[in-house]
Amino acid sequence: MSVDQKMDGGRRQLLLATSAAGGVAAVAVAVPFVGSLTPSERAKAAGAPVEVDISKLQPGQMMTVEWRGKPVWIINRTKDMLDSLKKTDELVSDPKSDKPQQPEYAKNETRSIKPEIMVAVGICTHLGCSPSDKFKTGAESGVSADWAGGFLCPCHGSTFDLAGRVYKNKPAPDNLEVPPHKYLADTKILIGEDGKA
Amino acid sequence: MTTKAQAVLDWVDARFPLTSSIKGHLTEYYAPKNFNFWYFFGSLALLVLVIQIVTGIFLVMHYKPDAALNASGIPAAFASVEYIMRDVPGGWIIRYLHSTGASAFFVVVYLHMFRGLLYGSYRKPRELIWVFGTLIFLALMAEAFMGYLLPWGQMSFWGAQVIVNLFSAIPVIGPDLSIVIRGDFVVSDATLNRFFSFHVIAVPLILIGLVVAHIVALHEVGSNNPDGVEIKKKKGADGHPLDGIPFHPYYTVKDIVGVVGFLIVFSFIVFFAPEGGGYFLEYNNFIPADPLKTPPHIAPVWYFTPFYSLLRAMVWPLFGLDAKFWGVVAMGAGVVILAFLPWLDRSPVKSIRYRGPIYKSLLALFVVAFAILGFLGTKPPSYAFFGVIPGAPVAQLFSLYYFLFFITMPWWSKMDKCKPEPERVTG
Repeated sequence: MSVDQKMDGGRRQLLLATSAAGGVAAVAVAVPFVGSLTPSERAKAAGAPVEVDISKLQPGQMMTVEWRGKPVWIINRTKDMLDSLKKTDELVSDPKSDKPQQPEYAKNETRSIKPEIMVAVGICTHLGCSPSDKFKTGAESGVSADWAGGFLCPCHGSTFDLAGRVYKNKPAPDNLEVPPHKYLADTKILIGEDGKA
Repeated sequence: MTTKAQAVLDWVDARFPLTSSIKGHLTEYYAPKNFNFWYFFGSLALLVLVIQIVTGIFLVMHYKPDAALNASGIPAAFASVEYIMRDVPGGWIIRYLHSTGASAFFVVVYLHMFRGLLYGSYRKPRELIWVFGTLIFLALMAEAFMGYLLPWGQMSFWGAQVIVNLFSAIPVIGPDLSIVIRGDFVVSDATLNRFFSFHVIAVPLILIGLVVAHIVALHEVGSNNPDGVEIKKKKGADGHPLDGIPFHPYYTVKDIVGVVGFLIVFSFIVFFAPEGGGYFLEYNNFIPADPLKTPPHIAPVWYFTPFYSLLRAMVWPLFGLDAKFWGVVAMGAGVVILAFLPWLDRSPVKSIRYRGPIYKSLLALFVVAFAILGFLGTKPPSYAFFGVIPGAPVAQLFSLYYFLFFITMPWWSKMDKCKPEPERVTG
């Protein structure tokens, strides 16, 4: 538009108002489309708690169950394994479990309700791979000569101790998540629901 | 031409710029006469794009994006790929053309980009061609990544798991963003279906649009050449560049030679080594996706590994943000920094032929760094060269070099002792 031409103020205002209204309409139309990208009602409903029988889980063994599409580990730790947690205290980045990666009742030295039974979501807090168990200690584990037993993530090399606490200077920022869980009986755990044992 | 055919053409030309487009982009598009081997890769990239689109159309006729388990306990998506391989007539070759085509695409595009680095093809006035090219590269990465999920094998699943979780590292919005990308709290059927939609519709449309923009911008300013001098500066009496020759027939014929050479190599791989030794199709991807078990060693396909190494190189938290976030930043920056190349390079000359020793040695080292980062990206983090030199610090060193190459370029490119550019191309 040339400068010397007299501008029709009324038309310009109409033009601006129309554009603004059009913009609002465009945003409004985007709402259902963006909404469709979020988890559906069915996906949200799929989080039912899972009941697990651990009566056959021997000391030193680990089992994996599926909860909300994720692997949940249940590890029956031996006394040696529990002792190793004291050694790893100074090697891990959050020894006191200060970050909210567990329910209040698992915020303790062993990160569990019963000291020996560890329940954790087996998903690395870095980028979501599932770490492999490396329960053998020392060089035999293939991790390092002074390995105290724990988990190694195959993707980016993060390591966790037997309470799922992440070692310092590893890509994973947080300890493994402890899911809400409760004991229905001495050897029956309900994963996905809170409540004291 | 017979008068009848001429009449038809005239009728069309009065309604659509047919003859003028053919002239402007082919028969009277003047390209420098000194194109060499490196100039094959642009047209080859176009060829691979066509191969991917055509084979893709046929694959979609038989593929099912469905993560539900079938009667034999195999995810339907995984089973449909095996069905294509075993029961669909000709299915195996169409699928191998498509999977090998993905790797071929990156081979060709990496060589095409390297040509740009050699001859300064990104320099003024071709900045936008380069920026469009970087966007094509980004779109291609997205396309390849989402396509890799579709066979729903172990690598598909866990690769997607890792890459989508990258977004959760972004402060504040990250966790919600990764849920919106997946459409679920975990990689699931919802993720598979939306990736299928993006891979088949959205990203190809964007890709084709960007390719058109890339070529339109190229034809606006004209091609660079191995001497890095502008042929438009010296025009003959007819107004055409003295060192230019019409793209058609000269370069169409030359490119056909490139196409034949490429197809010989490409067919050889499709027929005799479609898995590419585990680099084109990873062995773990022949196992159906299992959300409970990560394979003992996961690595992205080879074309992502240099950037994957940049991601893994960041293991320290900085400024109160997790190392994870900085890894993502490093990986993203590794791609995005390419787009800034036209403004980082301050050398008086464009082509490596007239550059000084600094550029030549730093570029050579850059190629080495890129190759080693790529190699280490295929290995587990605990890898050591010859069993003694640990890979992780080497990757960190070369990652640092990767960025320093670009960031310090404004200084060393100006300092370099360049040779004078010739007035015209040297042939």
